Amino acid sequence: MLVELLKPLDRKLVRDLWAIKGQALAIAVVIGCGVGMYVMSRGMLLSLAETRAAYYERYRFADIIAPVKRAPTGLLDEIGALPGVRRAETRIRAGVILDVPGASAPITGEIQSLPEIPTPHINDIVLRRGRYLDPQHEEQVLALDAFAEAHGLQPGDHIHAILNGTRKRLTITGIVLSPEYIYAISPGEIVPDKKRFGVLWMSRDALAHAFDLDGAFNEAVLLTSAGSNEDALLEQLDTMLKRYGATGAYGRDQMISDQFLVNEINQLETIGRILPPIFLLVATFLLNVVVGRLIDTEREQIGLLKAFGYTDRAVALHYLRMIGVIVILGIFIGVALGTWLGRGLANMYQDFFKFPFLIFRAPAQVYLVAVGVSLLVAVTGTFSSVRRVMRLEPAVAMVPPPPPDYSRSARWLERLSGWIDQPTRMILRHVYRWPRRAAMAVLGIAMSKGLLIGASFSMDAMMYMVDISFNVIDRQDVTVNFFDPRNDRAIQDVLHAPGVMHAEPFRAIPVVLRNGPRTRRESIVGILPGAELSRIVDTGLNPIPVAPQGIVLSDKLAELLKVTPGELLRVEVRTGRRPELDIPVSQVVKTYMGTGAYMDLDYLNRLLKEDTAINGTYLLVDPEQTDALYAELKNTPLVAGVSLQEQAQNAFYETLQDSLGTFVFFNTLFAGLIAVGVVYNNARISLSERARELASLRVLGLTRGEISYILLGELALLTLLALPLGALLGYLLAATLVLSFDTELFRIPLVIAPSTYGYAALVVLLAALGSGLLVRRRIDRLDLIAVLKTRE
Amino acid sequence: MNRADYPAFRAEGLTKVYGSGEATVYALRGVDLEVARGAMVVLLGPSGSGKSTLLNILGGLDSPTSGRVFFDRRELTAFDDRHLTLFRREHVGFVFQFYNLIPSLTARENVALVTEISQNPMSPEKALGLVGLEQRMDHFPAQLSGGEQQRVAIARAIAKQPNVLFCDEPTGALDSQTGIVVLEAIARVNSELDTTTMIITHNAGIAAMADRVLYMADGQIQRSETNPEPCAPEELSW
Repeated sequence: MLVELLKPLDRKLVRDLWAIKGQALAIAVVIGCGVGMYVMSRGMLLSLAETRAAYYERYRFADIIAPVKRAPTGLLDEIGALPGVRRAETRIRAGVILDVPGASAPITGEIQSLPEIPTPHINDIVLRRGRYLDPQHEEQVLALDAFAEAHGLQPGDHIHAILNGTRKRLTITGIVLSPEYIYAISPGEIVPDKKRFGVLWMSRDALAHAFDLDGAFNEAVLLTSAGSNEDALLEQLDTMLKRYGATGAYGRDQMISDQFLVNEINQLETIGRILPPIFLLVATFLLNVVVGRLIDTEREQIGLLKAFGYTDRAVALHYLRMIGVIVILGIFIGVALGTWLGRGLANMYQDFFKFPFLIFRAPAQVYLVAVGVSLLVAVTGTFSSVRRVMRLEPAVAMVPPPPPDYSRSARWLERLSGWIDQPTRMILRHVYRWPRRAAMAVLGIAMSKGLLIGASFSMDAMMYMVDISFNVIDRQDVTVNFFDPRNDRAIQDVLHAPGVMHAEPFRAIPVVLRNGPRTRRESIVGILPGAELSRIVDTGLNPIPVAPQGIVLSDKLAELLKVTPGELLRVEVRTGRRPELDIPVSQVVKTYMGTGAYMDLDYLNRLLKEDTAINGTYLLVDPEQTDALYAELKNTPLVAGVSLQEQAQNAFYETLQDSLGTFVFFNTLFAGLIAVGVVYNNARISLSERARELASLRVLGLTRGEISYILLGELALLTLLALPLGALLGYLLAATLVLSFDTELFRIPLVIAPSTYGYAALVVLLAALGSGLLVRRRIDRLDLIAVLKTRE
Repeated sequence: MNRADYPAFRAEGLTKVYGSGEATVYALRGVDLEVARGAMVVLLGPSGSGKSTLLNILGGLDSPTSGRVFFDRRELTAFDDRHLTLFRREHVGFVFQFYNLIPSLTARENVALVTEISQNPMSPEKALGLVGLEQRMDHFPAQLSGGEQQRVAIARAIAKQPNVLFCDEPTGALDSQTGIVVLEAIARVNSELDTTTMIITHNAGIAAMADRVLYMADGQIQRSETNPEPCAPEELSW
């Protein structure tokens, strides 16, 4: 045997570790979970941030986009000459309705122009398959990879699109990726739906013909030079482009794909900041308890070693090495787990975020931090125990410790005396005698439950958010956007479309909202005061009619602009006559998605000094006739975009299942491991400390069940005590996570379903039960004869 | 034969073998034994002579490799674990060398631990009275001396009014004066409750208080002596 080659103390180390292998493994796994979670989240964050930076750099992702209604291409030189502009390009970008074979519902998309040179200088594309456009063939397009994949489109396939009211047959020549559509999502939604949002690239000439933009452009894209003042540049662009119908230039912070990407990176950061410390805290506690109690049971051996002449340091080192082996094992587990999870996560991200490449690669410093923190955990957890080893006098250690003194019991406990049997009294006195130990166990178990709730509640919250958003606020089945504002007779046309049961008009106008230095580029949506479909709700989620005057802001927008009802807000309209108005904030309403602003439709039209005009309508549709309606909408020239509520909702649920489901699964696993680690370790140590006591009781005639009750009853008690505390910790963790998920894109309400509390409690109870059964097997094998002879 | 005439224990050809091959150890080599009801038996012998193994088998803690044991008229060696537990619970009291009290229970509660699960127990107070600890009933083990702890252990063992009391080196951890107090308690239980009592000891001095002394060596009973005039514990000395 290999053990034979070692020095005696090292042999003891190997055999001692083998004897506590279950406990050592449980601690190592908890450390491993913490390290793994850190390596995964931190590594993924850095991989994602680095990939994003490299992708943007290599494919020259625009810093600024300046949309206009129509401006002459000659303006490009003037734009390029603005201070801080490194490079500028013009393009045409427009909304489009796509009709793909096999998809009955119309698909909303975007189409944009490609210059004739093979690739644009700004917002370059990555050709995955097929070839670039041939300028001689106007019907050729390139399609976004995610969309093509979702519909099984290949180079050479044909699709139909309604370009500016005209239905055209297009040929896909290539499949591409773009840094502008890493997260390909239709505006106003919060999860990408590859099937329902398509992006096409077409030759500049062909697109200019289709949209009557020959010699003109409707969007300028810019790269800025390092150190330039973006705000100043945006102002200058707006001023310059005002007469061309500018709706307001914006930077990357308002480009939706990047917004989501940054949001994801922030979430990873939050997870990396909150979850690993919880695991490592539990690991610290476990090390503290296990090593501390192990050393107590080895007291005499320590005294003996010292009596033989081993120095304090040598003996302490022996235990340090035992701790070291456990921690190093934990680090190995963590690094392997983290790398494995990271790779899995990178694969999952590839489904949401379309990068040309995304490799999970945690840099060395991530691993170094993980190792450093784990060692810190080891030191913190075991410092006091190891110091005790150093200080133990050999003579003292070799005398058996007197029986622990239970005489200072709690009075309330003694008052119960008449009511409880001796085994129960033993449990209560034991807990009371070592309150810190009991508290630590309770805290450890509670943490695992809290973690479960913190991980699972997001599902409840998301479901709630979707329910409110789709069933209370936006109850329409279909939203139809028109190309240009129409008079309200358009609504009569739509009402005659098949299956339409109810229609409510709206008008959305681009605006810039200002309150002092705070500026937001938003849309104001004019709605009917008696709206039944798309409604606004107060903070209590009760639908309220839109105020007849003033502007209504979503709570998030009011927060961003720092305005409260009654205050004036500067509204710069970026369409039509472009009035600039000071309008009072009349209401602040609750929203979970986006940063909406609303007005009474008539009031909006009066402000614009226009006759009643609408640019879209919400529809309630007979589900039996949706196909007929879709067919009609695909062929209605004035329709610029269609969004289907049910499909958006389904996409949301699917995404939730895929991404959050995986997250919840792993957290359940990890939290379960913590619970097992804590309960099992406590039970095992209690057993080794009390084996003699329990065996004596067996000799006295108590059954296995009766002595199991004494040992496991205490654990059951601690587990039960931990349940309410765990619920509280879970609530606090959820509240912390909710804060970090409060973004412009969406907010998660602090909603925890009773079933989530129940589920977390169940997992903890099962973990405790499993640990109990493992220990119960050992209780059954207690050596009764040994107790008659041995001292301790 | 009426019930009282049956011996408390009867063992036939008990052997106990540990290990196999070269490592085979014979702890018992064919022991035949009868122990009369109410007797006070002392087992004497050096370490490894088999006395603890014999006691463990009679007490239902261990089973022989071959041979049979009868308690009353029932064959113990045919019992499974559950029945052995019941046997210990109802009929046997144990006193250990190192007391093995539950530190989280007071003297009274340590005794109550056993009386709670017995069918015909005396009260914990009475049991503690028998060993002279009326004044110390609400003390925890940590507050009691070694001799007091051992007397609590005896009270705990006899409170269920067992048929048999097994004591394995009951005075081994005590000085002689304290040891005698403990032996007095055992003798009193034996005479007042008519409990069959078996005491293992290294200490030949204790043999004088027994009705019968068994000398064990090499896994066999070498010699059995009957003592017609056992002396009182206070007359012992070692």
